[in-house]
Amino acid sequence: MAKAKYSWPKQGTAAIIGTQQDRVDGMAKATGAAKYSYDINPPNVLLARALGCPHAHCSVKSIDVSAAEKVPGVVKAVAMKKPGNEIRWQGDPIAVVVGETEGAVAEGLKAIKFDYEAMPIFVEDEDLAAAEKADRAGGGGGNTQLEKEAPEDADEAKFADQEIERLLKDSAAVVEGYYGIDVITHMCLEPHGSTCEWDGKKLTAHLSTQNVSGTASQFADPLGITADEVTVHCDYIGGGFGSKFQVDSWGVLAAQLAKDIGRPVKLMLDRDVELKTAGCRPSGYIKVRIGADKDGVVNVWDSHHWGTNGATPGGVDQGVIPYVFNPKNRRRKRTTIVTNASPTRAWRAPNHPQGCAMSQTAYDDIAAKLGLDSYDVFLRNLPSVANNKQEVYEAEMKVAAKLMDWKAKWHAHGKGPAKGSVVSGLGMAIHTWGGGGQAGGCLVKIHPDGGVEVSLGSQDLGTGTRTVINMIAAETFGLPLESVTVNIGSSKYPRSSASGGSVTVAGVSEATRRGTQDSLTKLCELVGKKLDVDPTTLVASKGRIHVADQADKGLTWKEACSLLGMSPQEVKGEFQRADDNHLSSSQVGGVQMAEVEVDKDTGVVRMKKFVAVQDMGLIINPRGATSQIYGAVIMGISAALYEQRIMDPKTGAFLNAEIADYKLPRLGDVGEIVVELYQPESEYNRGVVGLGEPPAISPAAAISNAVANALGVRVPVLPMTPKRVLEALQKARNA
Amino acid sequence: MKDPRSYNGTGGHSRRAFLKGTSAAAAATALATGAGAAVAADVKPRIVGPEATPVTLNINGKDYELKVEPRMTLLEVLRWQLDLTGAKPVSVDASSGAATVIIDGKPAAANTTLAVACAGKKIQTVESLGGAKPDPVATAFVHNDGMQCGFCTPGFVVSVRAFLDKNPKATEQEIRAGLNSNLCRCGTYANVVMAALEVVKGGTRG
Repeated sequence: MAKAKYSWPKQGTAAIIGTQQDRVDGMAKATGAAKYSYDINPPNVLLARALGCPHAHCSVKSIDVSAAEKVPGVVKAVAMKKPGNEIRWQGDPIAVVVGETEGAVAEGLKAIKFDYEAMPIFVEDEDLAAAEKADRAGGGGGNTQLEKEAPEDADEAKFADQEIERLLKDSAAVVEGYYGIDVITHMCLEPHGSTCEWDGKKLTAHLSTQNVSGTASQFADPLGITADEVTVHCDYIGGGFGSKFQVDSWGVLAAQLAKDIGRPVKLMLDRDVELKTAGCRPSGYIKVRIGADKDGVVNVWDSHHWGTNGATPGGVDQGVIPYVFNPKNRRRKRTTIVTNASPTRAWRAPNHPQGCAMSQTAYDDIAAKLGLDSYDVFLRNLPSVANNKQEVYEAEMKVAAKLMDWKAKWHAHGKGPAKGSVVSGLGMAIHTWGGGGQAGGCLVKIHPDGGVEVSLGSQDLGTGTRTVINMIAAETFGLPLESVTVNIGSSKYPRSSASGGSVTVAGVSEATRRGTQDSLTKLCELVGKKLDVDPTTLVASKGRIHVADQADKGLTWKEACSLLGMSPQEVKGEFQRADDNHLSSSQVGGVQMAEVEVDKDTGVVRMKKFVAVQDMGLIINPRGATSQIYGAVIMGISAALYEQRIMDPKTGAFLNAEIADYKLPRLGDVGEIVVELYQPESEYNRGVVGLGEPPAISPAAAISNAVANALGVRVPVLPMTPKRVLEALQKARNA
Repeated sequence: MKDPRSYNGTGGHSRRAFLKGTSAAAAATALATGAGAAVAADVKPRIVGPEATPVTLNINGKDYELKVEPRMTLLEVLRWQLDLTGAKPVSVDASSGAATVIIDGKPAAANTTLAVACAGKKIQTVESLGGAKPDPVATAFVHNDGMQCGFCTPGFVVSVRAFLDKNPKATEQEIRAGLNSNLCRCGTYANVVMAALEVVKGGTRG
């Protein structure tokens, strides 16, 4: 068989790939040297702030900025909406003030006069009946799959009704459950925005973005210039999580204002506007009937779920109901609810965390009903998984159970020993995600003095993208990490995909490995000529290029590069998904287990231990991968126990749109977290997959299940605040 | 009676009345002791502003002669006038910890501290923990990957430095109880605990 053109080293043979590496930009981040879009201060830069609409639903009568422009220190004020425009959520930007100082701009914002006509408000996304009454509930589709085919002449809907009732009746256990998860916001610590500066007709936008290569044209089109005249620059981004793919109206306005005023403009959203308008994820609430045999194997699922996507229709996709498990008989109905809230944006693993929290909770309640160990019920339902990963889940469940000491700690739901008012419990969940590399390129430059540069129009969301690229290039060339310079964060570099959906590491790994392997092949041709050996016998290792197994027959890296003569060697790496010979793959599993303590008197849930076992194909930097899983788990703990968007049903106001009011876990709240990277040879040989989304999916369901196991009572809607825990206990006592 | 020098004259409080309040008086006293500030002969609080006023701030061991409006926060002055952008604007109050600096040995939120109130004090920002010989806390953050996007990280590094200065032998339990003033969205807490423990154990890189 011909040798594949591109390949990874065999597992266990790599010098750098797979070793624990510090992130290469770690010290810059730790000591404040890293410059984010918010930190870039070109000479004479002005500050701009946006005013969010104070009303949740209204028609604009007038926006008068004249008083704002008279405030000392204010340079310009502009309205962002016209009379007659409909505003559909609180916080939608209506005006921008540009000034010399924070104080001047703040005073300017206060001086804006806004006249409006109020319109009807609806924000109660959990209340299906109220939504229907307010004419805010819309069709969301649905579908049915049944093992038994309907007779040819039968009414299909009627047949499904009868068949589902029959299957439920024949089940050993039936659970009728209600579950849900509220809207949460992205809460990027660096808000959305940019610092824009012009040089003649050329715009440089220091944009906080997950999409360096894809945003130049978003500036260019509305500004009436062409994309080549725009440089989007983002060395560091302070959080994105799926909300920063777009330039947004305020991004274009910042550039326009910088042009009009003739000075650079920095427009970053205030915290409350950020939370109200720049990113949240859909809520999901579900009523379900689920039937299983005496072993807990689910045979029938019948559900109706709803929730809000904000001011535009949408919500949790029905494809994730039930989640991962695909029982032979299932009917799912979906209703979308339009509310006076900002439209959602992609939020780390769109749909999946909600789908998991709305369905694997029901599976766990089957275990409770039958008095079975949840582990056994999950295991017995694995044959129905829709992604062909039964074996991976089985193996990962074993690893996770050992790390959690599941069997020793397990007790039936609500039957554990109590320490005073405190009970403990275990819960688990499983997840899946696609990921995998998107098309992209890179430029590999080898200088005659031995210097190496790799450039890609990618970005580092905090996953350690720079470090991954650096490790791969160093591996290919047999050099230490510090011998390679990695350039990312500019739209002037070869195009990379946006960072969303766990595609970045796989994409940059493909491009970098291809580019560096081609580059090395080219350099080896020169070395082969010089040494009079077959260039295909040459390898790069430990700072030398030499004949394989003959370390002395070769040149040092510097000697080899000097053969290039006067100019650097430039090679482009390219990856298209349609290519064969992939170095990347897609689809992962993942198993998580939670252990909690719940105080029945106070309703407070405390994380005790959390175990995450995750496959991700070939792992480039285990340290970075581990951190990403820690982070995903902590975000999941947050959605399970702490964070929620709280809306006032009367005014539609987002009541907790400040950090002090929007509860997030702190360092002392997360308990012990154990991460296990699952990488047997079969996984390694799949190539790089990507990791951003998968471990963020299961925590909410796993923690909900652990609380249900502790209490013997389901707390139906997440986050499980002390109030909700106490309400669930009270309801159970009353029943 | 309306103070003719009150800042905008429209609010319910005159600036003079406000400055007579205790916290502002402390600020004014601190200002009066600062180098370059004209010291009033009597003990009456000195009224400054609303226009920019000269003030000397000692930051990372160096004196800076600055002109700042009395309403400017330390964070605004650090970021806009001195380009010291390690401390970050994340919350309107002190609830995120992202703007943490050390003032006279104690952690403080630069975004809720008036710059004029810092005259005569020693201000230490995260930038002082970097350079050619980084502070062991910064090194431990790198080694334990105590960061992802990194936007909260400078504030966290400063908080850990201040916490360990006071509790050099902190246990893991004390670290989990004592470092809750800083918010991280990416979820680096597990790594931060490891970083702090490494510093306690005297482990620096190598």
